[in-house]
Amino acid sequence: MRIRVLTSQLVLLAGLTFSAVAVHADEVLVAVAANFIAPMEQIAAQFAKDTGHQAVLSSGATGAIYAKITNGAPFGVFLSADDKTPARLAKENHADATTDFTYAIGKLVLWSADAAKVDAAGKVLAAGQYKHVAIANPETAPYGKAAVEVMTKLNLYDQIKPKLVTGENIGQTFQFISTGNAQIGFVALSQVYKDGKITQGSAWLVPADYYSPIRQNAILLKRGNDNAAAKALMEYLKSAPANQIIESFGYAICFPSC
Amino acid sequence: MLSESDIGAIVLTLKLAGTTTALLLVLGTPLAWWLARTQSRWKNPVAVVVALPLVLPPTVLGFYLLLLMGPNGPVGKLTQALGIGLLPFSFTGLVVASVLYSMPFVVQPLQNAFEAVHESLLEAAATLRASPLDTFRHVVLPLARSGFATAAILGFAHTVGEFGVVLMVGGNIPNETRVMSVQIYDHVEALRYDNAHWLAASMVLFSLVVLWALYSKRAPGAFRV
Repeated sequence: MRIRVLTSQLVLLAGLTFSAVAVHADEVLVAVAANFIAPMEQIAAQFAKDTGHQAVLSSGATGAIYAKITNGAPFGVFLSADDKTPARLAKENHADATTDFTYAIGKLVLWSADAAKVDAAGKVLAAGQYKHVAIANPETAPYGKAAVEVMTKLNLYDQIKPKLVTGENIGQTFQFISTGNAQIGFVALSQVYKDGKITQGSAWLVPADYYSPIRQNAILLKRGNDNAAAKALMEYLKSAPANQIIESFGYAICFPSC
Repeated sequence: MLSESDIGAIVLTLKLAGTTTALLLVLGTPLAWWLARTQSRWKNPVAVVVALPLVLPPTVLGFYLLLLMGPNGPVGKLTQALGIGLLPFSFTGLVVASVLYSMPFVVQPLQNAFEAVHESLLEAAATLRASPLDTFRHVVLPLARSGFATAAILGFAHTVGEFGVVLMVGGNIPNETRVMSVQIYDHVEALRYDNAHWLAASMVLFSLVVLWALYSKRAPGAFRV
């Protein structure tokens, strides 16, 4: 009797050890574009709960992540801030092109830290009552490129150009505006949005047809090919719980099509 | 090859480093002299503040400057009241930021050089009825010459290499705040590696020349940062 109890305890102990190993066995290192790190942290937590896999996140500028991947960084999955970089990585044989998909579509807002500055139709842009307009670098940041498209469409670009200040990414652009150094500027809705409303200041949600869609694509990298957690994460990004989190941060969903 | 905007960035960088170094030599000399000679209990607190940029990440310094010089910050309110306007996104703002950022690289070599001037020489000059200014010009300056050279070279080179602070307060405006280091960063981010290489290589070359000049100038053991 005593021996049997002992055995069952041993079996239980062994089982616990094994399940603990199984939980930690599959871990994937994920490179995430800086603008998506907050939702991704929530998704990773939910992913761990639902699947037992661990996603370890590392955020940075998309261009910088590209340079790291092509130089051998051990990332399994890459969530980019654009759709060009994943395509380029696939073309250069660092990633699997068949896994490339749009996990979120970014929305652009004209924003001010001043609650009375930006009207709901964005007329403030034409009125010109400001010294600086902050945008992200249009050459490198998709939101910056979209901002230029909007100003061009409104025939205001040449007029505003001398007043532009450029952040290296939308995080820095947000900083320029939130400290009041730039009175208005174009940022990602996700930066000023939580649970269905603008969190601070005033904003104009730019109509989606004023700029080409800001597709944020994810792709399975070479290093993730043999990693169960990496593959599971790619699928999980398309799941309902993930989509719900993504939308709550002010992005649109594009999967399965848009 | 170097593009027109690369050359603009180089010219701007040299202008910024030159202005900053000149200002720092003017402001830093009395400060370093005071630090070298004073018995005041304020000596250490002041020395600590001067040394702060050595330890702080430049982005931290830049972020606080952005807040301080912004419309809601005390410095921003002052400059607006004086009719200067706001400093971020302007060349003047970069000069102010660079002076703070490169301060220890100028003040500390000067302070070391001044401390090395022995008290007895100053006393001897005083007994010969030299005024303090005379003593400074004819005794201290010649003795501290290599300290000035070190201070100027380090201040200049450190300002040329500045990135984080400029990134935070500059706003990347061509010919106004887009310096070399930011231009290189932009090239790399845009995957224009060729352009990045040209600029980066010239920066490496520049650094080598500066350090070479520094190390061949210095007397053994005289240079300490």
